[in-house]
Amino acid sequence: MNLTLHVWRQKGPAAAGRMVTYQARGVSPDQSFLEMLDGLNEELITKGEEPVAFDHDCREGICGSCGMVINGVAHGPEQTTTCQLHMRSFEDGDEIYIEPWRAEPFPVVRDLMVDRSAFDRIISAGGYVSINTGSAPEANATAIRKEDADMAFDAATCIGCGACVAACKNASAMLFTSAKVSQLAKLPQGQVERKRRVLNMVERMDQEGFGNCSNYQECEAVCPKGISTQNISVMNREYLRATLTGA
Amino acid sequence: MKVLEERLDARIPDGPLDQKWTRHQGEMKLVSPNNKRKYTVIVVGTGLAGGSAAATLAELGYNVLSFCYQDSARRAHSIAAQGGINACKNYQNDGDSVRRFFHDTIKGGDFRSREANVYRLTELSTDIIDQCVAQGVPFAREYGGTLANRSFGGAQVSRTFYARGQTGQQLLLGCYQAMMRQVNAGKITLFPRTEMLDLVVANGRAIGIITRDMVTGKVEKHCADAVVLATGGYGNVFYLSTNAKGCNVTAGFRAYRQGAYFSNPCYTQIHPTCIPPHGEHQSKLTLMSESLRNDGRVWVSKTPGDKRAPDQIPDEDRDYYLERIYPSFGNLAPRDIASRAAKRVVDEGRGVGPTGVGVYLDFRDAIGRLGAQNIAAKYGNLFDMYQRITDEDPYKVPMRIYPASHYTMGGLWVDYNLMSNLPGLFVIGEANFSDHGANRLGASALLQGLVDGYFVLPYTIGDYFARFKKLDASADHPEFDQAEARVKDRIRTFLSINGRRTPDSFHRQLGQLVWDKCGMSRNAEGLKEAIARIPEIRQEFWEDVKVVGSGEDLNISLEQAGRTADFIDLAELMCRDALAREESCGGHFREEHQTDEGEALRDDERFCHVSCWKSNGTDPDPDLILEPLVFENVQLATRSYK
Ligand SMILES: Cc1cc2nc3c(=O)[nH]c(=O)nc-3n(C[C@H](O)[C@H](O)[C@H](O)COP(=O)(O)OP(=O)(O)OC[C@H]3O[C@@H](n4cnc5c(N)ncnc54)[C@H](O)[C@@H]3O)c2cc1C
Ligand code: SF4
Ligand code: FES
Repeated sequence: MNLTLHVWRQKGPAAAGRMVTYQARGVSPDQSFLEMLDGLNEELITKGEEPVAFDHDCREGICGSCGMVINGVAHGPEQTTTCQLHMRSFEDGDEIYIEPWRAEPFPVVRDLMVDRSAFDRIISAGGYVSINTGSAPEANATAIRKEDADMAFDAATCIGCGACVAACKNASAMLFTSAKVSQLAKLPQGQVERKRRVLNMVERMDQEGFGNCSNYQECEAVCPKGISTQNISVMNREYLRATLTGA
Repeated sequence: MKVLEERLDARIPDGPLDQKWTRHQGEMKLVSPNNKRKYTVIVVGTGLAGGSAAATLAELGYNVLSFCYQDSARRAHSIAAQGGINACKNYQNDGDSVRRFFHDTIKGGDFRSREANVYRLTELSTDIIDQCVAQGVPFAREYGGTLANRSFGGAQVSRTFYARGQTGQQLLLGCYQAMMRQVNAGKITLFPRTEMLDLVVANGRAIGIITRDMVTGKVEKHCADAVVLATGGYGNVFYLSTNAKGCNVTAGFRAYRQGAYFSNPCYTQIHPTCIPPHGEHQSKLTLMSESLRNDGRVWVSKTPGDKRAPDQIPDEDRDYYLERIYPSFGNLAPRDIASRAAKRVVDEGRGVGPTGVGVYLDFRDAIGRLGAQNIAAKYGNLFDMYQRITDEDPYKVPMRIYPASHYTMGGLWVDYNLMSNLPGLFVIGEANFSDHGANRLGASALLQGLVDGYFVLPYTIGDYFARFKKLDASADHPEFDQAEARVKDRIRTFLSINGRRTPDSFHRQLGQLVWDKCGMSRNAEGLKEAIARIPEIRQEFWEDVKVVGSGEDLNISLEQAGRTADFIDLAELMCRDALAREESCGGHFREEHQTDEGEALRDDERFCHVSCWKSNGTDPDPDLILEPLVFENVQLATRSYK
């Protein structure tokens, strides 16, 4: 099939960006969205033009690298990662608008690439269990109810892609942060630092310039891992508990 | 090829196998706590190996500089591992033990790995599970609250721990979080989006690396008391593979050029359960976890050219060939065995699907026995992934699978301390060669990465610091300038060629050649042909590659060009290694050396050794050094899974 692509091109964080139109021809419905862009890039390089920069690595929907806004929706029409979106979701002759995540805490690096290091800083503020290597107790010494393990797991599947932030009018990072907070709050291992963790992570989130959650639920709608907004309620409760009882 | 007389000392401690590591630990020298902060360690790579090493070294008090090419440490390729991690905890009470795990691994590797390393790996496997659980890794559990297990190819016990189909992700997040804790404590400095392009060696010791900032293009020098490469495998030499797109061999190959030995490059693992290739635009192949073989049955039609839909083929016309040929392991036969069996039936014209390149992995019987719901609970995300890629519903139609390049057992040579032949250069995880022999059993790569990073390297690196005089290393060393000049020169050359073909087109062409001639099976004629063709590709590349943009900027085509250039050189080394190894073992199948039944035929008389290649600079003809493999605790036997 043949498609018209409108792609955001921007040289660097400080440069002005604009949409540039390209034609993609002979696209196969079995190609992934990124393979379609690979094809465009091969053409651009051959013509001596610079290829479109985008982040990607695993191409299996798990590393969280890829991400772009496609026709106004983070990761495009299929509630999956961009690398797992296939061209069979489009039709011959379609016009496709491709833009980077738009959120102030995620400055554009170039074209469709953004800087998501704010997420790393939120995790480093407390998204871990402070256990030193080599001093762990026997793994089966603490039984964990399957239901709790499963719930922790559901939260733990967040891949840190940032679509939730990109989809949110307030650029809130609540879904991402709450997923980690509730994973660790569910597990016995996470108890000791439970209060300090939520306070520090929320504080960091605010410092990074992410907005507040006003329940638009857009984040859940685009999250490729189906992370539930219930985690946000859990985080709010955790936060309240920590502020009321002291960390 | 010259075979050098040089003897490589693997520094394997004396004493009985099961006491070697403990005794060695007791004998290693220590660095006192307040001296540790005087040492800086470079760790390249943030996968399970690099991430766990960086976290632990920082925890011990060393200063760590951590590098990766992704935008965040959390995205290293380890994240994609699906199936699980092995550890002989014997929680299932099915007779597992360190001995048994050790034996399975030695046999699985076709008797081409080092006994002492393998024993240590299996011995430390139990601690790894404790460590990860303590970090909050949400492993699968039974209703009673204890940890669940499943079995994987090549084992008859259930020793694989898993977190749905996303084990690698959960383990990696565990060590990423441990790393971020140390970032917060100021002990780790992160360098994401930074590519290592050369190694700096002075007086025979590794003292630093040269990197390129992938956003600003800045070429930089980094100096340290030791360099750790945890840069993963080189399976992308085939272009199509299950590896992430960015996986490359550059770090290892640049170290090889600086004098580190490259061992067993021809040992690549071809994984039997990948989604078959579909078209010429394809950029990668997707693995379907091996755990699927616990419940899925592999089959093709008995008659070549049978084009009927799978549900139209009655049972008596189906050939469940793995169950037929290998009755005791059946669908769980090890990867190399299962892969070659698939290739044979496809070569016989019995392959399935539109391209005829594929076999069925069928869940009909399992769904009948356990119900679709239970199958969904076990493999739901894998089934979804399959459906997304192929547009077919595996609950209704059997999956189609075919082997693809997946893991590389070869890598830089290391001794028992995980140090290369260049003092100060350590290599861990998939980037080294040491633990899996000619074939890796499933669920042992994650284990190796974590064991190396959490439990081995942090001790042995201390021993190195305590024994060697501390370097007064600084980036002023003339070797740094030379290495920087090499890197800049190469970048300038790429940018000045201004040819007609994209770097990717060369990579694709190279990959096809290596897959055809040095893939699932090899023969002398094909290998010689490849060794003649690769220099032609190299020459064309250096004359006709097109790299756009500048060096002082984010430049994708420049990155691709650098990686492709190294893949070209590695491919040649692989083929030379495959040609020299005139036997079949594990993932290395030489057609001239097979049994009457088409199984791999080893030659223990001549080839019970590790091949270590020493670069002769840019001369493509390297020298060979042998490390004989000595088996004191197992008897070399023909592998049989029948
Ligand atoms: C799809 C898939 C599924 C798998 N499933 C399993 C499984 O179920 N069980 C199992 O045991 N094994 C599995 N494996 C194998 C296993 O995942 C890998 O062998 C293992 O994760 C490798 O870990 P590593 O830390 O050595 O390297 P990687 O995780 O590959 O990390 C490499 C790191 O090095 C960095 N790097 C590389 N080159 C450079 C450079 N030049 N400059 C800077 N940084 C660089 C990268 O950024 C990255 O951080 C699977 C592999 C694949 C492909
Ligand atoms: S919560 Fe979902 S959308 Fe947000 S970063 Fe995690 S996976 Fe991506
Ligand atoms: S490339 Fe890894 S999630 Fe898309």
